[in-house]
Amino acid sequence: MGTEGKAGSVVKRFTCGELVEVVTAYLDDALDEPGRAAVEDHLAGCADCGRYLDQYRATVRALADQPREQLSRPVRDRLTAAFKARRPSA
Amino acid sequence: MASFAGGALPPDHVIVTALRAGDEAMFAALLDTWSRGMLRVARSYVSTDDSAEEVVQDTWLAVIGAIDDFEGRSSVRTWVYRILVNAAKKRGLRESRTLPWSALESDGGRGVDPSRFHGVDAGLPGSWKVPPAAWPTPENQALAAEARGIIAEALAELPPRQRIVITLRDVEGCTSEEVCDILDISPANQRVLLHRARSVVRDRLEGYFRSVMAAE
Repeated sequence: MGTEGKAGSVVKRFTCGELVEVVTAYLDDALDEPGRAAVEDHLAGCADCGRYLDQYRATVRALADQPREQLSRPVRDRLTAAFKARRPSA
Repeated sequence: MASFAGGALPPDHVIVTALRAGDEAMFAALLDTWSRGMLRVARSYVSTDDSAEEVVQDTWLAVIGAIDDFEGRSSVRTWVYRILVNAAKKRGLRESRTLPWSALESDGGRGVDPSRFHGVDAGLPGSWKVPPAAWPTPENQALAAEARGIIAEALAELPPRQRIVITLRDVEGCTSEEVCDILDISPANQRVLLHRARSVVRDRLEGYFRSVMAAE
């Protein structure tokens, strides 16, 4: 394997068990450059972790799809009335 | 009057100007867009759904009263949520429910069960012993609805601080900076809570999809 002196080649490699614990930091772009490179190195050669990451992303997307939930009618009406009663400052 | 058919709110300066001018459509849009997340977050601090709704109501009343004083040092959403969290904490205190934000360790260990990986004696220590199985494509409407229910259950069972963070970040779409500002926690703390919460929810979905695949 040609290393070409890249930083990634001297960085400690992640095991699968370590990689799954830095996924959020990776997705938030909160890893330092060698850390990010090590994650990408690992993902390039590990289909299982690639699938894990895909499922993690799918989970984050699915979380945004929770049902709408509203205030009860009386509370909403009360707030709307309070807003109307407020004297505009403009 | 503003219209928000697409569901996306306009930039903050437009929101603030409209609220100050008494634009009812804008107020209604904020109510309908943010109250869900506010109810969910409030519920983590207080003991009943009714208390949570009262906290949200008091928050909006405070927002109506203070909109002229908003200085724009944070986003409007952060400002509203900070009022909410303060109100919810006070209410929780009265109900003898307090969330100790400093006791991070009590939220459990790693995101993924270590027993899913080979130990140090194996040929490839730390590699998957039980790799994640493929998930069905949730193009199936019934499956998507079921998954939504599984996620709701998983959220309800999370430790409160994890639930608050994942609700703000992933359900309501706040940025990590907003969440740190709203909750007065460090970026690292925010990330740990979010990571554990997401890992638990993914794990629950995996369990559900495994049972669906096994039944087919």
